[in-house]
Amino acid sequence: MRKLMIPLALIALWQGGVSAGLQPAFILPGPLEVAGTLWTDRALLLTHSLITLEEVAYGFVIGALLGVGTAILMMLSPIVRLNLRPVLNASQAIPVFVLAPILTLWFGYGLAPKIIMTILLVFFPIASGLLDGMLATPQQSLDMARIAKASRWRELIWLRFPHALPQLAASIRIAITYAPTGAVIGEWIGASKGLGYLMLMANARSRIALMFAALVVIVAMTLLLHRLADRLLRRWLSA
Amino acid sequence: MASPMIYPANSVAEVDPYGLSGTILLDGETLIAPFTLSLQAGWTALLGPSGSGKSTLLRLLGGLDCEAELKGTRRGAERIGWMAQSDLMQPRLSVLQNVMLIEMLAGRKPDRNRARDLLAAVGLSGLESRKPSALSGGQRQRVALARTLMSDAELILLDEPFSALDPATRATMQDLAFDQFAGRTVVLVTHDPAEALRLCQTIWGLEDHQLQPLEPLAGTKPHDLADPALLATTARLLDDIRESA
Repeated sequence: MRKLMIPLALIALWQGGVSAGLQPAFILPGPLEVAGTLWTDRALLLTHSLITLEEVAYGFVIGALLGVGTAILMMLSPIVRLNLRPVLNASQAIPVFVLAPILTLWFGYGLAPKIIMTILLVFFPIASGLLDGMLATPQQSLDMARIAKASRWRELIWLRFPHALPQLAASIRIAITYAPTGAVIGEWIGASKGLGYLMLMANARSRIALMFAALVVIVAMTLLLHRLADRLLRRWLSA
Repeated sequence: MASPMIYPANSVAEVDPYGLSGTILLDGETLIAPFTLSLQAGWTALLGPSGSGKSTLLRLLGGLDCEAELKGTRRGAERIGWMAQSDLMQPRLSVLQNVMLIEMLAGRKPDRNRARDLLAAVGLSGLESRKPSALSGGQRQRVALARTLMSDAELILLDEPFSALDPATRATMQDLAFDQFAGRTVVLVTHDPAEALRLCQTIWGLEDHQLQPLEPLAGTKPHDLADPALLATTARLLDDIRESA
């Protein structure tokens, strides 16, 4: 309960501000109104949440697998590492928002551009986190690989990858909080379903409380995913 | 716990001995002046202060990555055993898996029963499925010893493996290692004259960029810790080292 003191205080402040009439309700609805909308529009919110969740799930899993695969490839081949690293770093300078219209142009209004958007956000932290972790394996451990005349692959499996697991886990925790953002950006640009679409639609119809409700659902989804990832990582990787 | 030296029947003189010769350079400067290190079966010590280059010499002998460069020739073994000051335990592997780690790195199919036997030989039966974090420092170094024995290497390189242990554990580990490595060629890097004298029939001092032979202690190894000759020679060797420092 003590952990909730500040959030509760902020919500009380918000309700107080709205009740005092600082902003008209069509610009800033109060938390009570938002809570009411969450309940009355629960079917609508759930339908769109499941769409967004589907995009997030596909995007996260594919992005994570691609990230792990790329990190392993870069670890195994110094030539790939040398050439790919600057490209990957440079790619982070591109704001992903600007890619959304292009993705929609190329892949249409379906799930694909949202999934790709999510992949783009998830891929980099996982690939770079895992690679950095593997590269940071202590020389003393690598001495054993040299002594055993181990192949790069075996060195990776037995020494580098296990050493990088805590870093991989940290990257996954970060990436999973990015994933819903990717899906929602995709939905903003062009969609007929999903929480991002619902927010735009609610905005266009001046249903500000519904817009806030969708936002609350996105935040809740992100927190839930983070919690779930944290649990699984603790159990399986003990990291 | 004195045990007699055992030499493999045909190892002496017939086979070209393991060793290292030449000059060792670090950043273009001489780290160790021209030398010839020819190793006999049994224990050889490389004794010297920190920074003298003894670990570098050992790493070059083992073919390990290092900043220094050897201008000369190396005759290493097909299989090398390596023990360092750190036990190099992999925290996610069980004790038994740690024993088999070198085999798995080498791509050989590890013999679980042999790994269990070796753990028993170093006094750790029953701890196979523990994680290294559940073991004491001395126990972990025992696992490292079993891991080194597992690859059945002809040449064993020891980089101060006992120096981080408390004195009692250190003496026990020295005796255990001496027993277990019987018959093999062992090179021990140490800064402790007593350790070198106690275990090694050949001692090389490394000081002032020079590798030179020091007189070992006569008698059966390992010497008893209370052996007056060991204590006296240790004291004399320490004096020599302090004088020249």
